[in-house]
Amino acid sequence: MMRMAQSEIHEQAAAYALDALDPEDRWTYERHLDTCDRCREEVATLREIAGELAYGAEGPEPSPDLRERILEAAKAEPRTATVVPMRRRWLFPATAAVAVAAACAAVGLGLWANSLRDAQPRVVAMDGGGSLIVEGDQATLVACFDEPPAGKTYEAWVIEDDRPRPAGLFAGGCNHVPLEESVEPGNTVAVTLEDAGGADQPTSDILMSADV
Amino acid sequence: MSDYAVTLSPAVGRQEADEAREPTDEQVLEAVGRGDDDALGELYDRFGRLAFRLAFRILRDRALAEDAVQEAFLAVWRSADAYKRERAKPSTWILTVVHRRAVDIVRREQSRRSEPLEVAPEPSVGAADEDAVLRDRRAAVQAALTELPGDQRQALELAYYGGLTQSELAERLGVPLGTVKSRMFAGLGRLRELLAADT
Repeated sequence: MMRMAQSEIHEQAAAYALDALDPEDRWTYERHLDTCDRCREEVATLREIAGELAYGAEGPEPSPDLRERILEAAKAEPRTATVVPMRRRWLFPATAAVAVAAACAAVGLGLWANSLRDAQPRVVAMDGGGSLIVEGDQATLVACFDEPPAGKTYEAWVIEDDRPRPAGLFAGGCNHVPLEESVEPGNTVAVTLEDAGGADQPTSDILMSADV
Repeated sequence: MSDYAVTLSPAVGRQEADEAREPTDEQVLEAVGRGDDDALGELYDRFGRLAFRLAFRILRDRALAEDAVQEAFLAVWRSADAYKRERAKPSTWILTVVHRRAVDIVRREQSRRSEPLEVAPEPSVGAADEDAVLRDRRAAVQAALTELPGDQRQALELAYYGGLTQSELAERLGVPLGTVKSRMFAGLGRLRELLAADT
């Protein structure tokens, strides 16, 4: 992950409000938002002004049937309960920052722990945000991710004796990802960003990790 | 709603709602959050046209713009129950979702990037039944933009309507990244003053 100086990150607010940050910077900035009340206030203010620009846009009218298409698609969609209740979400429903992972996982795990009480799962906080629920030799990743840059996907790994095994691909949003590989004490679970389709071996920096 | 909201002219939808004693935008969004699809239709009636224009301005393609609007409304449908934790007005929240969808799509559509962004937008066909409040508001925003210093206006337009990232902007304009950031920040601040003075 890239690191930025504090002063540098504060300058990102206007670009963030205009959706003008590059994907990596957006991601880094959203992590920062979780820790910075002043930045959230500033972003809310700047968003409001940026939103005014929407009213300035000229263009044709949408197709008369767009409304019906949206309603049909909405009705066809199962309204599954959000697995991880969001304590705080920024402005986006479908894209939550890694930054909120720790926060939302902390809230979500209360419910998880209750529903899984008999199974006595262990909850391991991951470096980089998010949590890992370990239940026997099964592990589930609970974390929120920004949308990956175009052509990229998140990939989970189970690392044993420095040998990573691919353990599943997943997209942005708040995810509850059962790992495809079993785990045992001493293993490490990690997440990287890879080209769409996944990789056999990690090729990028580890975004989050935890020892089982 | 938000303690941090800038005082600007109220959302069109909400203003209409007050006049007719209809549900406020917040109430409609709450109903959407409960899974009320009639409420989703109402939300579309209030913001769909505006959302489409915004998406079209960015994407310059009717089919892509409709995709962006549909994805955005479905995203709202899925997560409206989380809205109450937001710090934004419903209109700002929805337009923000639409904007980000459109920008993400335009960045995926690499072929579009080779098109000149200064191309004049397709003239608004301005439907006969277009809401006068919306029309006036569009005129006010466009007028405010023309009053901005040229470099600030250019930065805001290329970023917000063009979907360029700040580093693409810096490269395109041949100025340091810090200059681009300053122009965007100053531009938004000035726009706020101009619009506040206008109302």
